[in-house]
Amino acid sequence: MALQLQGETRALNSTATQPAVRLSGVRRHYGDVRAVDGVDLEIAPGEFFTMLGPSGSGKTTTLRLIAGFEQPDEGRIELDGKDLTRVPPYLRDVNTVFQDYALFPHMTVAENVEYGLRVKGVPRRVRRSKVEEALKMVRLPGLGSRRPVQLSGGQRQRVALARALVNSPAVLLLDEPLGALDLKLRQEMQIELKRIQREMSDVGMTFIYVTHDQEEALTMSDRLAVFNDGRIEQVGTPAEVYEHPATEFVAGFVGVSNVLERDGRRFTVRPEKIRVNDENGPGERGRIRDVVYVGMVTRYIVELDSGGELVVVRQNLETSSQEALEARGKRVRLEWRPEHTYEIKEGNES
Amino acid sequence: MESRRTRWALGAWVALVILFLWIPLALIMVYAFNKSNVQSWPITGFTTHWFGVAWRSGEVRDAIWLSVRAGLLATGVALVLGSAAAFAIARFRFFGRESVSFLLVLPIALPGIITGMALNSFFTFNHINLSLWTIVIGHATFCVVIVYNNVLARLRRTQASLIEASMDLGADGWQTFRFVTWPVLSTALVAGGLLAFALSFDEVVVTYFTAGAQNTLPLLILGYIRLGQQLPVVNAVAFVIILFTVIPVALAQRLMRDTGVLRRTAAVTTV
Repeated sequence: MALQLQGETRALNSTATQPAVRLSGVRRHYGDVRAVDGVDLEIAPGEFFTMLGPSGSGKTTTLRLIAGFEQPDEGRIELDGKDLTRVPPYLRDVNTVFQDYALFPHMTVAENVEYGLRVKGVPRRVRRSKVEEALKMVRLPGLGSRRPVQLSGGQRQRVALARALVNSPAVLLLDEPLGALDLKLRQEMQIELKRIQREMSDVGMTFIYVTHDQEEALTMSDRLAVFNDGRIEQVGTPAEVYEHPATEFVAGFVGVSNVLERDGRRFTVRPEKIRVNDENGPGERGRIRDVVYVGMVTRYIVELDSGGELVVVRQNLETSSQEALEARGKRVRLEWRPEHTYEIKEGNES
Repeated sequence: MESRRTRWALGAWVALVILFLWIPLALIMVYAFNKSNVQSWPITGFTTHWFGVAWRSGEVRDAIWLSVRAGLLATGVALVLGSAAAFAIARFRFFGRESVSFLLVLPIALPGIITGMALNSFFTFNHINLSLWTIVIGHATFCVVIVYNNVLARLRRTQASLIEASMDLGADGWQTFRFVTWPVLSTALVAGGLLAFALSFDEVVVTYFTAGAQNTLPLLILGYIRLGQQLPVVNAVAFVIILFTVIPVALAQRLMRDTGVLRRTAAVTTV
């Protein structure tokens, strides 16, 4: 395996089964607010793990607990099997890419990147070559003498990344790092980040990524945890979470909430798994209440006669926008394969 | 688009305003070299005689020395108390935070004569003899505000996450202070200190009530002018003071200018 190739691989020191990060029963309350309310997690070395959830769901607090900026009221935080619960941030083998980048404004880019090495007493010559290497990795070579104010948002983002990576931490924490970028730049950076992560996972570096963007979570992660109200609703691979949402919340937050209740059972069907037949075809009867044309696809909102509403997505293979929009008010029948429906549990139990 | 004429008019207006501000100062500076001890125009002859007289005057020297000491001490007190208060207000939430902030800023809005009277009766009531220290206390009431405001503004424009970032990268408390907190704040402290000193140096009203028998420079000048004595000496001293004021104020302005320490872009959001 690629693991053995690198001398500084820390994965060698630990047994293969040891998780890079383990949280057990972690709670953090602020007065009455239960920011993190009993979180258990195991994250494997080299994994790209995403914590997904709406704002206020506890994902950022969990990240800050791992970084050491916050102390849990209860529970235990382990890195590579060692208890770090009461260890200050500067003694943890963890680095953070901050949402607002937090670049030091009075230092140049190179000084920012070398900061971690400098406070650890790494000699100047070594620092210089490592900084160069890190800037090359984030595709910013030659910008070392600039100041943060002279950089664009995307460039600052890369500097923040280089500043964390240069320390080759066991775990890299990313707090909505792409949140402040525009859509196009964000998509570019997603690909870039994924490339860097693949290189880094060869040396066993674990990425923990916080986002509220479900698409970002699905495209980038090896596994993800969906947070709601300080708890984890589901942990799994993107495909598992998307196709088998465990709770109604997950079904709604990751993708479109298409929840129906039939015979006392609640289940969900993904919008792209539903076929629209005409009135005489097979399937459940309903009426198209609304049509949303979104370029590549069209979304139909269908009211079912037997109760409930489903969103159906169809590719605009042959339909024009005109045709699609004219479908409003039409009676249709909806059909889906039983294996594409997933029964879900009530709300918040875990 | 502004036409050439409006631009010209604006330029002329700016020139007028600047002249309005500077003509009286320029006049005093010219009078400092007046040969006659009667201020009349046009000036009949020029001399540097009055500078010598001022330099040799024990009264003037004592007053300047007292003003410098009071200014330095008041500035020192302001730097310690003002920056500590700014840190507390900017970084922590506690009961009565808004009121503390209000009470800190109030003395600068309060007329000096009120502050002076209040301090004077307080000192008398407690049988405290008026001295250099009572002047320092009086000046500190407004100097603290200057430093507090400067540091608070800098802290508010600085990301709180910088400290976390430093710790996250392996720096302990002392290293974080040395490499991040101090460099980010130092210019605000220096600028606040310079401004505080300048304010203390020319303060009259509060000083009048807290100085007792001794004279600071402004009190001395006021006395000379009131008695109509030594006007040429006052002009010579004013000349020197203007020169020495322009330098620190210009310095403070440079330091307050965006040195890259402040966030210029608002592209930052927090959750």
